Amino acid sequence: MTETPVLAARGLVKRYGRVTAMDGADFELLPGEILAVVGDNGAGKSTLIKALSGAVIPDGGQILVDGEPVRFHGPLDARRHGIETVYQTLALADAQDIAANLFLGRERRRGGLLGRVFRLLDSRGMRAEAERVLDELGIGIRSMQQPVETLSGGQRQAVAVARAAAFGTRVVIMDEPTAALGVAESAKVLDLIRRIRDRGLPVVLISHNMPQVFDIADRIHVHRLGRRVAVASPRTHTMNEVVGLLTGALRMAEDGTVEEARPTVPAGTPE
Amino acid sequence: MGRRGHVGLAARGLAVAAAGALALAAAGCTSQKVGGSDTAGGGGGKIKIGLVTKTDSNPYFVALRESAKAEADKQGAELIALAGKFDGDNDGQVTALENLIQQGAKAIMVTPSNSTGVINAIKQARDRGILVIALDTATDPENAVDATIATDNVEAGRLQGQYVRAALAGKDPHLIMLDGTPGSTVSEQRHNGFLQGIGLPAGDPRILGAEPTNGEQNKAQQATENLLQRNSEVNAVYNLNEPAARGAYAALQGKGLAGQVVIGAIDGGCQGVQDVKDGKTAVTVMQFPKKMAATGVDDAVEFAKTGKKPSGFTNTGAMVITDRPMPGIDSKDTAWGLQNCWG
Amino acid sequence: MTTAAERKPSVGEFILRTRAVGPALALVVAVALFSLTTRTFLNADNLSLVVQQSLVVGTLALGQTLVILTNGIDLANASIAVLATLIMAKMALGGGSAPVALVFGIVVAVAIGAISGGVVTGLRLPPFIVTLGMFTIVTAAARIYASGQSYPVSDPLLGWLGNRQYLFGRIEVTYGMGLALAMFLVAWYALTKTAWGRHVYAVGNDPEAARLSGIHVRRTVLSVYVVAGLVYGVAAWQALGRVPNADPNAYQLGNLDSITAVVLGGTSLFGGRGSVLGTLVGALIVAVLRSGLTQAGIDSLYQDVATGILVIVAVAVDRFARGRQA
Repeated sequence: MTETPVLAARGLVKRYGRVTAMDGADFELLPGEILAVVGDNGAGKSTLIKALSGAVIPDGGQILVDGEPVRFHGPLDARRHGIETVYQTLALADAQDIAANLFLGRERRRGGLLGRVFRLLDSRGMRAEAERVLDELGIGIRSMQQPVETLSGGQRQAVAVARAAAFGTRVVIMDEPTAALGVAESAKVLDLIRRIRDRGLPVVLISHNMPQVFDIADRIHVHRLGRRVAVASPRTHTMNEVVGLLTGALRMAEDGTVEEARPTVPAGTPE
Repeated sequence: MGRRGHVGLAARGLAVAAAGALALAAAGCTSQKVGGSDTAGGGGGKIKIGLVTKTDSNPYFVALRESAKAEADKQGAELIALAGKFDGDNDGQVTALENLIQQGAKAIMVTPSNSTGVINAIKQARDRGILVIALDTATDPENAVDATIATDNVEAGRLQGQYVRAALAGKDPHLIMLDGTPGSTVSEQRHNGFLQGIGLPAGDPRILGAEPTNGEQNKAQQATENLLQRNSEVNAVYNLNEPAARGAYAALQGKGLAGQVVIGAIDGGCQGVQDVKDGKTAVTVMQFPKKMAATGVDDAVEFAKTGKKPSGFTNTGAMVITDRPMPGIDSKDTAWGLQNCWG
Repeated sequence: MTTAAERKPSVGEFILRTRAVGPALALVVAVALFSLTTRTFLNADNLSLVVQQSLVVGTLALGQTLVILTNGIDLANASIAVLATLIMAKMALGGGSAPVALVFGIVVAVAIGAISGGVVTGLRLPPFIVTLGMFTIVTAAARIYASGQSYPVSDPLLGWLGNRQYLFGRIEVTYGMGLALAMFLVAWYALTKTAWGRHVYAVGNDPEAARLSGIHVRRTVLSVYVVAGLVYGVAAWQALGRVPNADPNAYQLGNLDSITAVVLGGTSLFGGRGSVLGTLVGALIVAVLRSGLTQAGIDSLYQDVATGILVIVAVAVDRFARGRQA
């Protein structure tokens, strides 16, 4: 493990009033991997992810992209570094069509006078590009002119994922992409995630679904009480061990072995 | 998805058509009542007369409209009553005039909202040979219409002023003036007439205050309350109309001052006359909108039949109504008033 | 992920998305109805008149549409236009140059729009409250500025939009119609063919999603209020073309009338869905109804009843369509 992490964080802190959502959180994403982030409700996963995607500005700590420290002042900053996020809410404009959503916030204009002076959008070009991206990811939606609200949950998820995959040059972050989906649609989204990884783009996957995590992840980041408590591997650890780690029943020693935690009740749990 | 779209379209089309049909049906009934017979649309050989009032809400205009309808019925003519949505709705009146021209009205009676605002539309109507009569309010210039049938508003104001001066019996007036809509011709004419009648120059310090009330009771009450807060030495209140007078009375009564103040009004609505009878107001100057409307309709029918145009200013008169007559002022009592009141 | 969507968009889908089609159908039905039931409705003169009658409210409604698309509402629009008419008329009357008066009136309208937008975005207050306050302030300001008077306009530039031309020697068109048509087309282009337009829809549809997609939400909303202010300034010019008299008491219900036109045009009051072409149709529907019912000999109070029913029906249809989509 001497590779430089594509995206890393050191000692991130975020407080909301008296509640501490991140309490010195570390994070490391290696090239070409699917990293699952697991943790109990209120463990601070979402805050960590938002900090990494620029949606939350941490009070302290450092974020590094390819080893270089960076500061994100908003989602646009993270995007400029090639970090794309699929939010749990998907952040799609429901009334607008697929192509418009794919290019939302980074529309392409026509060349020449029409684009420069009349600000004319290259609608046809964007539609073709959207079609290409969706095809490449094996998402079978034919018409790019359908409003997103007419799509099924899985299709909407696919559009959001495709948007991230199309524009992410370094990292794709996904927050609970299968939470709202049925079994068949979940499987398709997981396939999609693998395809993205196989194209060389590392993926951060936040999930509650342990079998799913063990099915797809290369490594597992365990988050508890606002910080990382362990990094496990599906190959060397069992599901029970990971669950034990995230509930605090088990803890991970320096050498990576898992042992019983001393039964101390932590005071002032940040919820 | 596709089916859904069809439903949306069908629902929309159907619903809109239904609403339109409903509205037509609802309005068609009343139109029959108005016209006396046959269809809502065609109208056949009936003489069509348009009436455009300032608003639909003021009881004075309602009286005007109802009498015009009654007279039209009697004469076998069809009356279409349109109105602005509020006092000052010039665009609404212009639209109403244009639509009446299109509709083929033989004559149009109009109480112009803003005397200069509707002149162009009136000219259009006259250019097409339509008789245009100004009712209640003169246009500026007055000859923009064929004829004017109205109360002499300066005279009405002057009568109120003269009576109030007499009722004060030599006491120096301390006057509050409750006006109509700012900029309205009628409001200005009555205001100035009143000052002539009571014998005060504009800007005299004995005028404690003048406030626009748009002729509405609640605004008048509020304005009076505020003026009383500043100075309660008042002994006379000029009112543009009877609703304003009721507002003034309510405010004065709240302060326990009602008994010692001479409240005057103009209009001659039945409630206004009743207020005089009950001693709430000292006097009201009655106008005769029924006569105005009936005269207008008669002129219109006459024009349609013979081509004879009325002209000039027809004063439908103003009568002082009070139960405490003052020497030198011609007046009638409230019993007469209640027989001749409108609305 | 591959099921159910591999069809071409159906006709129904197209109609649902092109929200102006439903209202256009209603307009056609209304015109047909009045053409059949009255003898005086369907002729070139009257149709031209109907368009002229809808210009001021239509232009106000154009600005209103932009604001409503961002999930806002503008109760101050007509009062801003009235103030602008007074500024134009009074400045020109005082011997000032008419072009300067015209431009200054429009500039004031833009500035007030910018203030509304600034307060809405800067203080994050609900547009309803902010524009209600602006409506009260601007109405009072107009009356103070007018000092209780109305100002006739005789200047040819200020009344220019009322000038008439005859097409084919027969159809009467005013310059105001040309300007209004141009403005609606420009707005349609900006909303559908530029990134700004897509951002306006996205912001009205879901501001958080728009923000996460990298759209400058506040900047977009502010720009909408500024553009709307510009449109209201032009509405003032249209108003002087129609009634050459600047009156502080005019267009007291212009805000509600413009909302009526927007709603009849199929734009959702919940933001993010609608079209300016629909609004144009909506404004025409109101004028057609007023004209047609007058031709049918129906009094104005019943005309208002008909318009009111239509508004409720339009909103119900919108709700119905939205409910089916969700």
